[in-house]
Amino acid sequence: MVLIKKGAEASLYLEEWHDRKVIMKRRLPKKYRIPELDLMIRSQRTMHEPHIIHKAKEAGVPTPTIFMVNVAEANIIMEFVEGKQVKEVLDNVSKEERLSLCALIGRMIGRLHNHGIIHGDLTTSNMILTSYGKVVFVDFGLSERSIELEPKGVDLHLMKRTLHSTHYKHAKESYKAVMEGYAESVGAEEAKKVTAKIREIEKRGRYVADRE
Amino acid sequence: MPTNNSADSYCLGIESTADDFGVAVVSFEGKVLSNANDAYMPKEGGIHPREAARHHAEVSEKVLTEAFDKAGIKPRDICLVAFSQGPGLGPCLRTGATAARALASYLDVPLVGVNHCVGHIEIGKLATGATDPVTLYVSGGNTIVSAFEAGRYRIFGETLDIAMGNCLDVFARAVGLQQRKGAPFGAVVEELARKGKQFVSLPYTVKGMDLSFSGLLTASVQAFQSGKYSLEDVCFSLQEVAFSMLTEVTERALAHTQKPEVLLTGGVAANKKLQSMLAVIAEEHDARFCVVPLRLAADNGAMIAWAGILAYQSGISTPVEKSFVNVKWRLEEVYAPWVEGK
Repeated sequence: MVLIKKGAEASLYLEEWHDRKVIMKRRLPKKYRIPELDLMIRSQRTMHEPHIIHKAKEAGVPTPTIFMVNVAEANIIMEFVEGKQVKEVLDNVSKEERLSLCALIGRMIGRLHNHGIIHGDLTTSNMILTSYGKVVFVDFGLSERSIELEPKGVDLHLMKRTLHSTHYKHAKESYKAVMEGYAESVGAEEAKKVTAKIREIEKRGRYVADRE
Repeated sequence: MPTNNSADSYCLGIESTADDFGVAVVSFEGKVLSNANDAYMPKEGGIHPREAARHHAEVSEKVLTEAFDKAGIKPRDICLVAFSQGPGLGPCLRTGATAARALASYLDVPLVGVNHCVGHIEIGKLATGATDPVTLYVSGGNTIVSAFEAGRYRIFGETLDIAMGNCLDVFARAVGLQQRKGAPFGAVVEELARKGKQFVSLPYTVKGMDLSFSGLLTASVQAFQSGKYSLEDVCFSLQEVAFSMLTEVTERALAHTQKPEVLLTGGVAANKKLQSMLAVIAEEHDARFCVVPLRLAADNGAMIAWAGILAYQSGISTPVEKSFVNVKWRLEEVYAPWVEGK
């Protein structure tokens, strides 16, 4: 069992499982929180995640295949997706590639939202670019089901913030490309509403000057 | 004119963002010579901005005098005046800014406007020796997880509605607790929470990297009002849930940035329970855990003076005609050339 990612919420281990290379996602107990709260958070997230990963596939968004779920131990065994994190790729490709990648990401987010799926942690660490050009969305641990405007806005607000904090060099044009891709999936009208919602969320944040 | 980086160059810092009026004298090499303060205590309810501003104006002379006396220097020894320019309550900020402008003009020294959030981070770094931390800044008005990247303190997560300290304050008032001088509501809740045993299920709201406390506040008040749970148990559960949320988001930022330190700063940093939870994640990620000392945790003039010195030494000052306050000045809008990335 090789630890490949020590996340804040869960750790990912690379394993051999029935001759397959798999990822075991373990939600280890957090020593900082009391057992009651800890168990509640871990088991809820472990049950919830495979459900929503399946729903994402129905929406036409690539996600890892789930092989096993163990709620008592709070772990999930799933496909190991070969590829690179978008976080590592985005600042190291040509402008054209970057924009088309962002548009693709936007289209996929649009598909999720069309199907009432809110990812909940849309950072570029949670998107894997495969060698055949697909973006596989991983880590649905904080996802929720909703068709409301508010969570869609919060979802994309995080995407925007990730671009501005981690990929700040080209944040503006990258975000624009994401939203263009998003509009392709959800339609211009809905995209406009969500964009307005994102602005509203930004202003709601504390101490935001009315920019533009 | 000031000579840079010298022990006999002094900055006067004025803090008046919210309920505290603070004045401090700090030397250019980072020694806090005095840190005087007078807090506005509302008879009931929260801070009334105009009343707080009136309080600040009334105590300004007393607090200024105290700052000079304790530092053992004369006004003429000051070579820089720093003031909190925002974010905060407009009337309160303007009172401090007016005093700062008057002093700078009278003494004929440069003026520098400081971002309040930067002040909390920089004083935490100065006091603990942290150089490049993930910072959890929690107070009555702010809840921000940030880290320095490319010239600025970037915000990784923050509250989507009310601040952590605000949540504790409003809860405490709603359940009929009283604050005392030297024991703010947060301390009163912490005291009661230590006696709590039974965990009451309350909403845990983390959205990506952001947090929401308003639902938790409402549910906590309702849990107490239902009569089913003791106040101690509700305080205990409120703290457990809220601080677990803060710790989860801070850990996320730490895992993402892989910074070498975790810094806890702001008024709520005084909470021992929160300190102990953050210490756990810092250790797990091989980061050093730093917590701002109690005397510099809440709003104070020293943090403004120190952040002012850092800005001034990297060539930043604020001409009087540009010294208007900015009540919505976001942390990440501040260019911070004095910080080195590594």
